[in-house]
Amino acid sequence: MAELNAVEIRQVSKIFGFGEFAFAAVDNTSVSIRQNEFFTLLGPSGCGKTTLLRLIAGFEYPTSGEIMLNGENIAAMPPFKRPINTVFQSYALFPHMTVAENIGFGLTMLGKPKQEIKDRVDDMLKLVRMEALAGRRTSQISGGQQQRVALARALAPQPKVLLLDEPLSALDYKLRKDMQIELKRLQAETGITFIFVTHDQEEALTMSDRIAVMSSGKILQVGNPREIYDAPADRFVADFIGETNFLKGRISSVTGGIADVDTPVAGRISATMPQDFHAEGEVTVVLRPEHATLCPPDRAVANQMTGTLENVVYFGTDTHYHVRLSDGETLFTLREQNKPLQSARFNQGDTVGIALEANAARVLRN
Amino acid sequence: MAKTFSIRRQRGFTTIAMACFFALYLPIAVLVFYSFNAGESLASFDGISLRWFTKAFQNQQVIDASIRSLQIASFAAVVATIAATMAALATTRTEPYRGLTLKYAFINQPLMIPEIVTAVALLIFFARVKIWTGYSGLGYLIAAHTAFCIPFAYLPIRARLENMDLTLEKAAADLYATPWNTFRYVTLPLLWPGILAGFMLAFVISLDDVVITEFVKSAGQDTLPTYMLGQIRRSITPEMNAISTLFLLLSVCVVTVFFIVNRKRV
Repeated sequence: MAELNAVEIRQVSKIFGFGEFAFAAVDNTSVSIRQNEFFTLLGPSGCGKTTLLRLIAGFEYPTSGEIMLNGENIAAMPPFKRPINTVFQSYALFPHMTVAENIGFGLTMLGKPKQEIKDRVDDMLKLVRMEALAGRRTSQISGGQQQRVALARALAPQPKVLLLDEPLSALDYKLRKDMQIELKRLQAETGITFIFVTHDQEEALTMSDRIAVMSSGKILQVGNPREIYDAPADRFVADFIGETNFLKGRISSVTGGIADVDTPVAGRISATMPQDFHAEGEVTVVLRPEHATLCPPDRAVANQMTGTLENVVYFGTDTHYHVRLSDGETLFTLREQNKPLQSARFNQGDTVGIALEANAARVLRN
Repeated sequence: MAKTFSIRRQRGFTTIAMACFFALYLPIAVLVFYSFNAGESLASFDGISLRWFTKAFQNQQVIDASIRSLQIASFAAVVATIAATMAALATTRTEPYRGLTLKYAFINQPLMIPEIVTAVALLIFFARVKIWTGYSGLGYLIAAHTAFCIPFAYLPIRARLENMDLTLEKAAADLYATPWNTFRYVTLPLLWPGILAGFMLAFVISLDDVVITEFVKSAGQDTLPTYMLGQIRRSITPEMNAISTLFLLLSVCVVTVFFIVNRKRV
């Protein structure tokens, strides 16, 4: 028998408001989250990811549908009965308690013996490397430390599932990077299923085992980071995850999963077809900015376009080029890694060629 | 370097501030000063003595009125604070909803209704009740004081609650706290300074009330303020100054205690 999913969302809808003001924050959504998985709900603000999280936590009840936790329907269970803990975006640490009291709160409420609570709190303090600050008030520690306390507090009762509601958004860049690694470590060490909510696609790609991309209350695609990035299911996913160039074209022939697409701006491009997808006529081809390079415009290479370099943006690790293609409409973005002591190869206003790498283009499922 | 704008450096600021403080405190200072007057007169000061304080303490009517005032204020403030706490919880510990502003208005309306109107209304209403029930004890005064104390207790409690993150209770519920435990271990400890402030305010307001008390009280139910009013109608003696000074002292004590207690818990 296959292992039971940690969490299963079955046709869940959450509708706010009534009548003509009714609005489905989560719209007939189903998704399965496996045991011990680092699962990310990714989407822009207002896409319903936080509502979905609150439904799992029990702060909201679904209008319809089932929420299964290890095979048990918990959709109507109040939050204090669910073996699920949350790390809040604002941390929501109790300001009148010390760090240790905060971490022990869940266990105290569960009526655990004093000694057990103390031992567990010590373990947790060690796990998040906060032993020295156990007696401090939560107002006397930094944002990063508060974050760790919030994590320790949520992990202390050993929940079946840990929910994280954009917990890194208040931290500065460097701290965020550290915490990303820290979170992965904690997840591996505790073996608890993590459900992580974020609007930051980079965060999602670097941390997750699997990602669900959400928009307008619906889950558009579920897959591991590579699948999501390399084979986006639709235009929204392609656009939301990383930068993407879209080219319109017409399929002329398909052989062995590779389509020859005639585009007005780049001539014939060979593009990968998604699995089990058949299309004829008008399609959209997607190209990632890092899968193309600038070259002098006269070089005769396959899959090449020409245009005018409109904008050069230096990013440190790489440089972004925005090229207005020959049709005068499409703005094509390229990203090239910077090499040591390299000066700009092209300048604003230059006419440039764009060489696409093999297998770079992909036909989009509508 | 250009100095940043500060209202304290504006021309005339100090003068206006001093004038305001003078207007506020000079009469009180005079009152306190004359309460130590050895002489009989209010017009001339004949040396320092505590005779009027001694006289006040020996006056059985003053003692009775004081005890009655404290009884009424304690009862009224406790009940009003409990009611105000519940009202404040119900109006702030929830996502905003339609009709919430109307509820604020309803709870605070007693502050807007002229006190004399309430007083007359209560006089007529309680007169009826007295006929029906035959009861004529302190209950009427306590009930009346409770009623007008509620909005005063409500304001600081609500202010405290509004500054409290709503997610704190969610976090508690998330960590296996039942609704009661959430209230007991999270909401109440954080709300405590607000409740205390509400109680103190209600207590002082009740202690101080003249208008409603004057209308509602039965014979022999004078509180300290109404007793003083009655005395002053006849003749003003430095004894009134002494009583006022003691009253002031009590008020200052209440506020100081509150300030100290409140400062300890952040």
